[in-house]
Amino acid sequence: MTASHAPDAVVERAVSVTTRPRASVMTEPAAKLDGARLFWVTMWARAYPRMVGAYRERSWMVFDTILPLLGVAAYVFVYRAIDAPQDYIGFVIVGGAMTAFWLNVLWGMASQLYWDKDAGNLELYIASPGPLMAILLGMAVGGLVMTGTRATAIIVLGSWLFDVNYSAGSLVLLVVTFAATMAALYGMGMLFASVFLAAGREAWHLSNMLQEPVYLASGFYFPVKALGVAVATFVSVIPLTLGLDAMRQLLFTDDPNLGFLPVATELAIITVLAAVFLVAAYYMLDRLEQRGRRNGRLTERRR
Amino acid sequence: MQLRQLRVRTRRNQQEADVTAAGRVALDSARRATETGAPVDAQPSVPPAAECIDLCRTYRVKGAKRGEPAKEIVALDNVSLEIARGELFGVLGPNGAGKTTLIKILSTLLLPTSGRAMVNGYDVATDERRIRPDISLVSGGETSGYGLLTVEENLWMFARFYGLESKDAKRRIGELMELVGIADRRGSKISDLSTGLRQKMNFVRGFVSDPKLVFLDEPTLGLDVGAARDVRAFVKEWIGARDDRTILLTTHYMAEADELCDRLAIIDHGSLQAVDSPEALKRELRRDVVFTLTVEPLGHRPTRGEMLEAVPGVRSLTVTNRNGFTELQLILSADEALPAVLAHLSERGSNLISLQKREPTLEDVFIDLVGRGLDVDTSHRGQDDDG
Repeated sequence: MTASHAPDAVVERAVSVTTRPRASVMTEPAAKLDGARLFWVTMWARAYPRMVGAYRERSWMVFDTILPLLGVAAYVFVYRAIDAPQDYIGFVIVGGAMTAFWLNVLWGMASQLYWDKDAGNLELYIASPGPLMAILLGMAVGGLVMTGTRATAIIVLGSWLFDVNYSAGSLVLLVVTFAATMAALYGMGMLFASVFLAAGREAWHLSNMLQEPVYLASGFYFPVKALGVAVATFVSVIPLTLGLDAMRQLLFTDDPNLGFLPVATELAIITVLAAVFLVAAYYMLDRLEQRGRRNGRLTERRR
Repeated sequence: MQLRQLRVRTRRNQQEADVTAAGRVALDSARRATETGAPVDAQPSVPPAAECIDLCRTYRVKGAKRGEPAKEIVALDNVSLEIARGELFGVLGPNGAGKTTLIKILSTLLLPTSGRAMVNGYDVATDERRIRPDISLVSGGETSGYGLLTVEENLWMFARFYGLESKDAKRRIGELMELVGIADRRGSKISDLSTGLRQKMNFVRGFVSDPKLVFLDEPTLGLDVGAARDVRAFVKEWIGARDDRTILLTTHYMAEADELCDRLAIIDHGSLQAVDSPEALKRELRRDVVFTLTVEPLGHRPTRGEMLEAVPGVRSLTVTNRNGFTELQLILSADEALPAVLAHLSERGSNLISLQKREPTLEDVFIDLVGRGLDVDTSHRGQDDDG
């Protein structure tokens, strides 16, 4: 106690401290990480609720695996009815699995900061030394892990039910393409998180508004080439469009004419998109925080 | 006329309180100089835990109807105060007085509209990243965390945001949970906790990162008597355990402020009314006399000239209607004013049931300074009254 600085009452309190032994937490200073290590632990800490949550609520097996498969099955039977090539069935299954990522980005990333604001978490995130970008990245990593499990379940179950055969040309390229697609997709989700937060109560409507059009524009249930060059080029700004197209080309090599652009070109574009979205998300988040501190709306639940 | 006098007196009190605070700092400085033999100016200056200089904050609120112009609400109006290290500093005021705005500015969540606010010598407007590792915020009625996680997992997550090593975080969480009495709820999901248990969990979250300055915003709001007592006991023990810890507590519970705080700021309509220790604030009021009168229900509503406040010597009055009688809290300038008060009541047909002269409480201080009780909500003053 720096008595010279403290009012008299503080000094009085200091000498009348309790006589029972104190827990070490009351006296011991805590060692704290900073810089890159703080960023790293913050990211994994925020990813934790999503990774753990995926296994705490087993209902996801029904809602996130069986129900999407029912939607996929409708397209499978349409393609079978018109005697489409068997690869189309595989297209639909992969597309169905990728919808899980899109839904997670919309409802688990883009809308999450708004919900966190509503629950009172956002102000604690901002007031903590953990970087907001690390928290957002943690949401993305956690969401990716959680949704990856669900997407895998859809692919395994769907492939088994509808007898889909894959002929992966290059497994490494497939993994790289998937990783780049996810980086771009979740980068877009991180950018959307700030945009949706700025939109306030409209976030819910924004998510609803974007859900179905992206199903169509990204060619979840058909090759995106079918949209025509102009439209397919326009919708390529959605990372899933080219990512899905590239992965399909790598997984189903029987009919190479179904691809929109060469895989290498698509991969290059996706990589650029990932970088652009991540950098934009960083700046948008910083801008949003500063704006929120100025106008007072970022942490105010009533206003 | 009387209101004018009260306002003048309020300003005088504030000036005196400011002088008291400034004098304390000067005294400390001089005391250090005497101890070390060094000139006052040569002392290494330790910045206060928090400091506000002419701090103002206004909010723009959109008009309720389309086309209606936005309104400006003044949440803080030229607030200047200094919180010393090691101090448990209270901010007392009704709802809408500006307490939470003050905390949000000092915890780097909100920027001042004008003036400056500093924490540990760093400006909240520009140095927020230097401030955040050493501060923490706990609000009453907080619902933070994720329902799917257990209490321990939620706390661990927040501890990691402050850079605590995982093992250390778990140890500290365990000890703090033991201290606040929720060790047995370690594995419960937070969605299963009662309000009191949840608030205790929030306390552990707020203190687990070993902050130097903790902001407690109405921390016992909605808690039952037992839980509030536990929380207060914890606060006292925590701040007494080390000399580099400071707490800024906002509350509208007078007893809590009186029990816990080394110094208190009374704030109303965004303006600081007084800053001093609870004892000094009450001592100031001891020059006056305080009575509690129980009378038969007051009859007709009097005209302004007939009101009890108009009786010479009545400095302030609050009236509470209870079941079958009326309770009057009176602050009089001298005992001699009492007969006139009793005569006035008698004229209004209200007989005296009981009369008690008592020591002034913080509530009396508040009423004396602000002109009304603490339970009056002023959060919509920008729209409803002239403030």
